[in-house]
Amino acid sequence: MADLSIDFAGIKSPNPFWLASAPPTNTGEQIMRAFDAGWGGAVWKTLGDPIMNVSSRFGAVDLGTYKMMGLNNIELISDRPLEVNLKEIYEVKKRYPKHVVIASLMTETKDDWRVLIKRAEDAGADGLELNFGCPHGMCERGMGSSVGQEPKLITEITSWTKEFARTPVLVKLTPNTGDISEAGLAAVAGRADGLSLINTIKSIIGIDLDRMVVLPRVGDGSTNGGYCGPAVKPIAMHMVAALAREAGITVPISGIGGISNWRDAAEFIALGSTSVQVCTAVMHHGYRIVEDMIEGLSEFLDQRGMKSVNELRGAAIQSYKEWGELDLGYKIVARIDDQTCIGCQVCVTACNDGAHQCIFTGDEEKQRPPHAHAHGPAKPPRPFPVGLIAGARVPWIDEPECVGCNLCQLVCPVPGCISMVEVAGENPHETWNDRTRDGRTKLPGGIHD
Amino acid sequence: MGTLASSLAEGRAEERLPDKKPLLTRAEAHAEAERCLYCTDAPCIQACPTTIDIPTFIKKIASGNVRGSARTILEQNLLGYSCSRVCPVEELCAGSCVYEGWGREPIQIGRLQRFATEQALGEQGLRALYTPKPRNGRKVACIGAGPASLAFAGTLALEGVEAVLFEKRAVPGGLNATGIAPYKLPAKEAVREVEWVLELGVRIEHAHVGEGGKRGAELLADYDAVFVGVGLGEDSRLGVPGEDGPGVVGAVDWIEQMKLDPKANGPLGRVVVVGGGNTAIDVARECAQLGATEVAMVYRRGRDAMSGYAHELEGARKEGVRLVEQATPVAFLRDPAGKLVGVRLARTEGGKPVAGSEYEIPCDLAVLAIGQAKLRAIAAEFPGVELDARGCVVVDEATRRTKNPKVFAGGDCVNGGTEVVNAVAEGRDAARFLIAEWSK
Ligand SMILES: Cc1cc2nc3c(=O)[nH]c(=O)nc-3n(C[C@H](O)[C@H](O)[C@H](O)COP(=O)(O)OP(=O)(O)OC[C@H]3O[C@@H](n4cnc5c(N)ncnc54)[C@H](O)[C@@H]3O)c2cc1C
Ligand SMILES: Cc1cc2nc3c(=O)[nH]c(=O)nc-3n(C[C@H](O)[C@H](O)[C@H](O)COP(=O)(O)O)c2cc1C
Ligand code: SF4
Ligand code: SF4
Ligand code: SF4
Repeated sequence: MADLSIDFAGIKSPNPFWLASAPPTNTGEQIMRAFDAGWGGAVWKTLGDPIMNVSSRFGAVDLGTYKMMGLNNIELISDRPLEVNLKEIYEVKKRYPKHVVIASLMTETKDDWRVLIKRAEDAGADGLELNFGCPHGMCERGMGSSVGQEPKLITEITSWTKEFARTPVLVKLTPNTGDISEAGLAAVAGRADGLSLINTIKSIIGIDLDRMVVLPRVGDGSTNGGYCGPAVKPIAMHMVAALAREAGITVPISGIGGISNWRDAAEFIALGSTSVQVCTAVMHHGYRIVEDMIEGLSEFLDQRGMKSVNELRGAAIQSYKEWGELDLGYKIVARIDDQTCIGCQVCVTACNDGAHQCIFTGDEEKQRPPHAHAHGPAKPPRPFPVGLIAGARVPWIDEPECVGCNLCQLVCPVPGCISMVEVAGENPHETWNDRTRDGRTKLPGGIHD
Repeated sequence: MGTLASSLAEGRAEERLPDKKPLLTRAEAHAEAERCLYCTDAPCIQACPTTIDIPTFIKKIASGNVRGSARTILEQNLLGYSCSRVCPVEELCAGSCVYEGWGREPIQIGRLQRFATEQALGEQGLRALYTPKPRNGRKVACIGAGPASLAFAGTLALEGVEAVLFEKRAVPGGLNATGIAPYKLPAKEAVREVEWVLELGVRIEHAHVGEGGKRGAELLADYDAVFVGVGLGEDSRLGVPGEDGPGVVGAVDWIEQMKLDPKANGPLGRVVVVGGGNTAIDVARECAQLGATEVAMVYRRGRDAMSGYAHELEGARKEGVRLVEQATPVAFLRDPAGKLVGVRLARTEGGKPVAGSEYEIPCDLAVLAIGQAKLRAIAAEFPGVELDARGCVVVDEATRRTKNPKVFAGGDCVNGGTEVVNAVAEGRDAARFLIAEWSK
C-alpha cells in the first residue's frame, strides 16, 4: 500500500484529504465523525466575530437527474460564539492528536488578527487559513474576497498575521480575480506558508420565475452567492496549475474546488496540490465518501508503482504548456466500434452541426459539404459496417475530413465506443513558437490577402 | 368530466380493474425524460405509425415545457392521449429504442406521452391548446366514431371543416371505449377523449348507416366527402356442436358488456378462452383479474405461432392464465337444462384436430376470440367502393381514397384490424389529403 501521508508546510497529515472550511466543519462533533470516517484533516468553518445568517442560504444547478452539479451559497462565516468553537477545537485535538485541525480566520484590524490568532493557536489549531475568498456578504464589509482581490492587501494582512502566528499560515485565495498568480505571489510576498484555492466563484444561481426573485430566495430578494461543486473543478484546476508552475510560488498548495472522488483528487495532486479540500461532495453525500477516496488513490498509486502520494505531486505539470508549444503535426481521427455502437447517431448530428461534417450513415457514397478539403464524395468503408447491436445504423467517419476534435467521442453515450486514434498527419512536427522564431506565421487567406 | 363520460352507468365490471401503468409523477417523468439520448433520425420515430417526434416531446418534458410537449405529440396524433395508454409500445416505439439493443430498459415512451398529454389537456381537453379555424363551408361525414373517424374529423375540424360522426352505438369511441382492456384505458377515459374532439366543433349523430338506417346516397348528396371508419364486425364462431346457447360468447361482445353493462358484473367461474391473438389474451387477463376461478387459453397451434404479443402472454401467465397449446374445441357440453358444463377438445396437428385425441375440460364460460367478421355491407352503400378478397375496403395508400373519389376509408375496416395508432394515422392522412386538395 502506498504511503498517503503528507507534510504540508510542516503540518503532518495521515492523508491528503481535508474538509474545506464550510458547513461540514461547523462543529467539533461533526469533525470527530469525519475523522472517524477517515478524513485526514479539517479546516474549521471560518472564525471571527459571530455573524447572523439568513434563510434560505443555498441554491443549485442540476444536470439532468444528477443533482447539485453546482452549488451556490450566501451564508457567512461561523455564526457560533468564538469561545464555543475554540473549546471544541481543543476537544477535537485532544481526542485526535494525529489529525489536522486548521482554523480558518477572518477579521479586520491588525489587533483583531493578533487576538484571534492567539486564541486559535492556544486552542490547539495546527495551522491557520486566512479566508480572503468569501465573495458574498463579508466582502461588503471589507473582508473576504475584497481582500483577495487586492494583491497589496493580501501581502499586508498576511504579513501582519505572520508577525503573530506560531503555526503555519495558509492563505485561501479567491478565484474572483483577473490573475491568480498575482494574488498567489502577493501572499508569498507576505510570507504565507501555503496557499489554498479556490474559494467560491461569485454567481447568481437562478431565478424563481414565478415570483421573479433571484435564488436562493430570502423573502422578496436575494444576493449573489459563491459557486462551487463539480461544475467549478476545471476552473479550480487551472488556477492550481497556474500557481504550481509559477516559479515564484515556493509554498505548498491545498487544492479545492469540485473534488468528489479519488480521481478528482489525483488530478489536483498531479497538478501540484499537496493536500486537497472538499466541501460540496460531502454536503451532498456525507463524510463516507472518503473511504473510496483513500482506497481509490492507494490502488492507483500501487498500480502506477508509486510508493507515496508525494511521487504523484506535480506529475502532470510539465505537460501543461502554452498553446504555442503544442505539436502542430500530431493528428488523430475518430473511430467507431461497430460492435458496441447502439446506433443513436447522436455523433452524426454533433459532427454535422457542431464540428466538421464528416460522420455519415448508410452504405452509399455521400456528397461532402462544399467547404470540404478532400475532393470527391465521401466513401463508406467496405465492407459496410453492420453492427452487433445497431445493424446498419452504425455511422462511419469520413477520415480525410476528420480534424480530430473529440466532439463525437464526447457526446457518444457508450463508453469506449468512439476512440480517437493517431494517424500520420500532413503537417510537420513543429510548434507555433517554432514558426514564430522562423517568421513563418503568415498563412494564406489573411486580412490583407 | 363531460356529460357523455358521466353518463356511463356505475357498477360496471371494468371499474374493478385498476390501471396497470398509472400516470407518472412529475419527478418520475422528469427522471425518465432525462434518460432519452435525443437520437438522430431516431428509430423510435420510425417505429411510430403516426411518426410522432418522440425525442423532441421527451426533451420538452425534461425542460418543463409540458404544453409544448403535448403539441409535438398531438400535431402528429390527435388521439395521442389514448394512444399513450393503449399502444403496444413494446412492439412499436419503445421496442426499437436504442437502449433495447444496449441491454438496458428502453425509454418508457408511452408513459411519458401520457404524462405530457394528460398534464397539458387535463380538464380542458384539446381546447387547452387548439382553437379551430372559422368554418370554411366544407362538410364531411364519418361513419363510425372510432379512432379512425375521430382522427379524420378532428384534423378537419381544426381547419374549419364541419364534421359529423354517424355512430350506431350509444357510446362513442369505437373499440377504444368498447374493446380496450380496462387496465390500459377505461371507457370513461376513452369517452373523455371523444368529448375533446367534439369540443373542436365535431358533431355526433346516433344512426346506423346502411339498410334500414341512414343511407350512403344521402351522405354523398349532403357532404363534400365521406369517411368510412366502421371497424370490424361480429365475433366469428367455430361452428361446432353445442356452440349455440348461453355460456358460449364472442370475445369482443363479452368485453363490450364487461366494460359498459353493469348487469354483466357477476362472478366468473371456470373460463375457457379460445384463440391465440391479443383479443384472446386480453379476455383471459380480464377474466383472471376479475377473479375467475380458473382461466385456460386454448390455441390450436404452438406458442410460437401465436399472434398475441409475447409481453402480453407473459402478463397473462403471471396472472395465472393457463395456456393449452395444440388443441381446439370440437364440441361444447351442456347439461339437460342447457347450461354449459364443459368443452371437448381435440389435439391438433398443423392446426387441425387429430381424430381420437379428444378430451374434456369443465367450464362455466367459453369465450371465442378467433377473429371478427368484416362489415362488407358498407361498401354497397357507395357506388365504386371495392373490397379485397379478405373483405377489407380498398384504398390508395397515400390518400386513403376508395375507388369512389368522394369516399375515403381507414382503420380496421381497411387494414383488417391492427392498432388504434394505425387507425389514427389513416384517418389523419385522409384528412391531410383533403386539406391539401381543398386549399388548391
Ligand atoms: C378486444 C380488443 C382489444 C384491443 N386492444 C388494443 C390495444 O390494447 N391497443 C391498440 O392499439 N389497439 C387495440 N385493439 C385494436 C383497436 O381497438 C382497433 O384497431 C381500433 O379501434 C380501430 O379503430 P377504427 O376506428 O378503425 O374502428 P373501431 O374502433 O372498431 O370503431 C368503429 C366504430 O364504427 C361504428 N360503426 C360500425 N359500423 C357502423 C355503421 N354501419 N354505422 C354507424 N356506425 C358504425 C362502431 O360502432 C364503432 O364505434 C383492440 C381490439 C380489440 C378487438
Ligand atoms: C455553504 C458553504 C459555506 C462556505 N463557507 C466557507 C467559509 O466559511 N470559509 C471558507 O473559507 N470557505 C467557505 N466555503 C467555500 C468552501 O470551503 C470551498 O472553498 C468551496 O466550496 C469549493 O470547494 P467544493 O467545490 O468542494 O465545494 C463555503 C462553501 C459553502 C458551499
Ligand atoms: S458511435 Fe456512439 S454516438 Fe455514434 S451512433 Fe454509435 S453509439 Fe451513438
Ligand atoms: S473528431 Fe470531430 S471532426 Fe472528427 S468525426 Fe468526431 S466530431 Fe467530426
Ligand atoms: S430511440 Fe430511445 S433514446 Fe433514442 S430518441 Fe427514441 S426514446 Fe430517446
